[in-house]
Amino acid sequence: MNLEYVGLKEISGPLVVLEGVKDPSFEEMVEITIGNEKLLGRIIEINGDICVVQVFEGTSGISLANTRTKLLGKPLKIPLSKEIFGRVLDGVGRPLDGFGEIYPEKYRDVNGQPINPVEREYPRNYIQTGISTIDCLTTLIRGQKLPVFSGNGLPHNQLAVQIVKQAKIADESNDNFAIVFAAMGVKHDVADYFRNSFRSSGVLDRVVMFLNLANDPVVERIVTPRCALTAAEYLAFEKEMHVLVILTDMSSYAEALREISSSKGEIPSRKGYPGYLYSDLASIYERAGMIKGRKGSITQIPILTMPNDDITHPIPDLTGYITEGQIVLDRGLASRGVYPPISVLPSLSRLMKDGIGEGYTREDHPGLANQLFAAYARVQDVRALASVIGEDELSDLDKKYMGFGRAFESQFISQEFGEERDIMETLDLGWLLLSLLPREELDRLSPELVDKYYTDPEESESRFRRWM
Amino acid sequence: MGVTSQGTIYGINGPVVRVRGNHPFQMMEMVLVGNERLIGEVIRVLEDETIVQVYENTTGLKPGEPVISTGRPLTVKLGPGIIGNIFDGIERPLTSIAEKTGPFIGRGTVMENLDAEKLWDVKVLVRSGYELKPGTVIAEVRETPSVVHRVMVPPGIGGVVDEVVKDGSYPITQAIVRIRNGKVIHDLAMVQEWPVRTPRPYKRRLSMNEPLITGQRVIDSLFPIAKGGTAAIPGGFGTGKTLTQHQLAKWSNADIIVYVGCGERGNEITQVLEDFPNLIDPRNNRPLMERTVIIANTSNMPVAAREASIYTGITLAEYYRDMGYHVAVMADSTSRWAEALREISGRLEEMPAEEGFPAYLPSRLSEFYERAGMVETLNDSTGSISIIGAVSPQGGDFSEPVTQNTKRFIRCFWALDKSLAYTRHYPAINWMDSYSEYTEELKDWYIQNAAPDFMEKRERISRILQEESKLLEIVKLIGSDILPNEQKLVLESARVIRQGFLQQNAYHEQDTYVPIIKQYHMMKSVLNLHDRAAKLVAKGIPVSVIKRTGVFEEVIKAKYTTSSDDMEAFETLDSGIDSILAGIEEGYRGTERRRHA
Repeated sequence: MNLEYVGLKEISGPLVVLEGVKDPSFEEMVEITIGNEKLLGRIIEINGDICVVQVFEGTSGISLANTRTKLLGKPLKIPLSKEIFGRVLDGVGRPLDGFGEIYPEKYRDVNGQPINPVEREYPRNYIQTGISTIDCLTTLIRGQKLPVFSGNGLPHNQLAVQIVKQAKIADESNDNFAIVFAAMGVKHDVADYFRNSFRSSGVLDRVVMFLNLANDPVVERIVTPRCALTAAEYLAFEKEMHVLVILTDMSSYAEALREISSSKGEIPSRKGYPGYLYSDLASIYERAGMIKGRKGSITQIPILTMPNDDITHPIPDLTGYITEGQIVLDRGLASRGVYPPISVLPSLSRLMKDGIGEGYTREDHPGLANQLFAAYARVQDVRALASVIGEDELSDLDKKYMGFGRAFESQFISQEFGEERDIMETLDLGWLLLSLLPREELDRLSPELVDKYYTDPEESESRFRRWM
Repeated sequence: MGVTSQGTIYGINGPVVRVRGNHPFQMMEMVLVGNERLIGEVIRVLEDETIVQVYENTTGLKPGEPVISTGRPLTVKLGPGIIGNIFDGIERPLTSIAEKTGPFIGRGTVMENLDAEKLWDVKVLVRSGYELKPGTVIAEVRETPSVVHRVMVPPGIGGVVDEVVKDGSYPITQAIVRIRNGKVIHDLAMVQEWPVRTPRPYKRRLSMNEPLITGQRVIDSLFPIAKGGTAAIPGGFGTGKTLTQHQLAKWSNADIIVYVGCGERGNEITQVLEDFPNLIDPRNNRPLMERTVIIANTSNMPVAAREASIYTGITLAEYYRDMGYHVAVMADSTSRWAEALREISGRLEEMPAEEGFPAYLPSRLSEFYERAGMVETLNDSTGSISIIGAVSPQGGDFSEPVTQNTKRFIRCFWALDKSLAYTRHYPAINWMDSYSEYTEELKDWYIQNAAPDFMEKRERISRILQEESKLLEIVKLIGSDILPNEQKLVLESARVIRQGFLQQNAYHEQDTYVPIIKQYHMMKSVLNLHDRAAKLVAKGIPVSVIKRTGVFEEVIKAKYTTSSDDMEAFETLDSGIDSILAGIEEGYRGTERRRHA
């Protein structure tokens, strides 16, 4: 095992090629020594005695002659124990904070293994985030993977921090939760922003941070989310904790994947991304969930910035096919000063239907959410019409929709960064807004619910008049 | 044969393994790779090298490890124990994997595909001296309370019965009938094997003339699929492909459902496993799971097995078709399967065609969809396979290669629409882009079994919707206030059709499944209202007056307020509407008279 290979055959981008290797195994880790420096790499292709190795730290400074390479005989594993709380680690799980090595309780393979579908527990418990748009319209469920589709310059980081601060699980105490934070290719100040926010909200001792910042090596970025999820799986399924994983920014991750793929000379599919982008993203996102008989859970909030705000770009597109819904941020709302600028119509939570309503939130929640969606969709049509014929020419009903739309955006979607709204408060607010519309427009709700919750239109109107 | 013939691993690149050695492997042969005996399949044979795709994660494989030939292609075991079970892409039962490797799926778990120890009550149907042909039913086993499993002579085998066992309880591997063909003796057990990539034989194809009733109004009434037909459900994410597939798996009137979860979410499979045992089949009051088999290869499971899962599913379906059952295959999603092809093809460095997909994508798709059909089986019974494939187009753009090539081989297209999904109009099947080529063939069935004027009602409904879409173009420019009353009425009736008929609530007890006769009455009520209102409009009564009475809302709500077995409720509804509208007319006449006086 301790054979050392001197020199390399070839260097190409982040990849090096070793020749004459005895007994390599696929995805085995290697250690490359240059002078006093030690680099970590992973075998990604074998052909006879020739191995292609991707080097996590990058290949600058490496020549064909100045290296000694050693095979480590195992795939990438990270040390784990409960002591990882409060620690800041690099993209492959090595301490960055100067507090010394982690004393491991055990090592786990970062690649993980797929959860057997028959052993999954279907997620049902909803998490109250205190944000009306999310709680009412795209409810977050414990064990769900719900990404934030954002754009550059939009407040996705604030939103993530607000969710972390306010997340509450109905009828359970909150002392069993943990946060795993993975930064991939984000700027230093963004990472700092998260760290400071965690500190100021007093959760820092429940956070593990994996940082691969914008100037850190690209290859390391590929394993960063996997390290983070390995830690999350350890905490959730062995230590029975409820883990919230924040992965930011998945677009940088996908770009790193593309970079490596192209230096391997692989055939590109859409926009130069490798054909296995879907499978690769799935191997990350599918690591969310719950397992039968285990108390813990992994809830994922991946954040990705849509290049050019384009939701059909391969990264958001493939993500949306894997995750259980999405929260889409909208530049138009943001520029009108709406925070959080959640674009309601394309946002969706696939798991909410089984975690809301009677017994979970309130019996009117599903119908109310549907009605708000339908009404707000109508608002968009009316606005399109108004932009052609002018608002004055609209019919009375359409004018009511215009008013509803404005009140909805400024009172329901919009809330303060520190404002936490209880689910009941959110639902009542939804009803007040719907009451701006004539009763017969509420076609997605059963008549009984309308009787029970529909309030006096005039009262609603006087309350929201200044916003309409 | 068997263990002696082998090669050794030379190279590894993801799921693709290069094998050297002098053993002549066959194309598409199943092989066992490495010390852990991972299952793989030969996908290319070169002069000095064989390429294998491995159905499991290849981390830790080493060059020099053995690759063992099995001498046969990738096969599945067919016999009692399939229904109600859940398998991975190569027919390994996931519950047994869980027993062996815990909640996470381990590797190299070679195991029995079907429970070999369980005893089944066998009723032998043949006696010694009978002459048996391929496909003849030799015994019956009650596989689940809903399904009688007919044990058949495997294709390609025949002869005279020599010996049979007594009726009783046997495991699936026990020989129950011995047949002799000249000097050749075959011992037939309940279980047989079949290579997944080869279609099972049948006698001849039959024409399709019966619809697969799904209880979903937009499908059954507007875009029906025939038993034995093929349909595609394309749609971007969040448009409800999976929900529609689940609804069809739950309520369609097939005898057997094969649900292939191909590269999709783990939780969706969990949901099926949770829902189906608790849902009751309206036809025999038994849990739906008793007629369902699930093939689950979620997106994070190995990609090569994803490619195989589609074939595994269709082979199981063909086996039950051969027993004379009507089988429906739900493939969710065929795009993931196509991507698996692309991924493997890329690793083989094949020349890509469109968007990186291999040039053989269309031929693979057509091979798959051609395995659907209504047939006369080898034992002269009638069976069918209907395939309903979900398509996940990249960026929701229907012009991409998988959607386009699929469109060539299916005859029923249910296009899901993002803007409908945004307004939470489910099922989000767009009535303008969707089509069914089966309506002509199914016409007679509807006339005989639903109502003589069913097709006319259907025509009129789609005509109103078409008119609406034309009018909406105008409304977008000038608003609806300026339209003449006749056109306003069209918009109003179309709204009733959209909200009261096309929209269907999968979570509403009354609305999740709607029998064809209720669908007919709903259409009839809408049209009755439209016709009555048109008469009033012709007399100069504005639509807004009619609208104020709430009659349109009344008809929209009928889907919730009328039960599925009470068709008289519609008579009451219609006569109620008639009298309200007559009231308006009366009042209007009154004002007219006053004006004249």
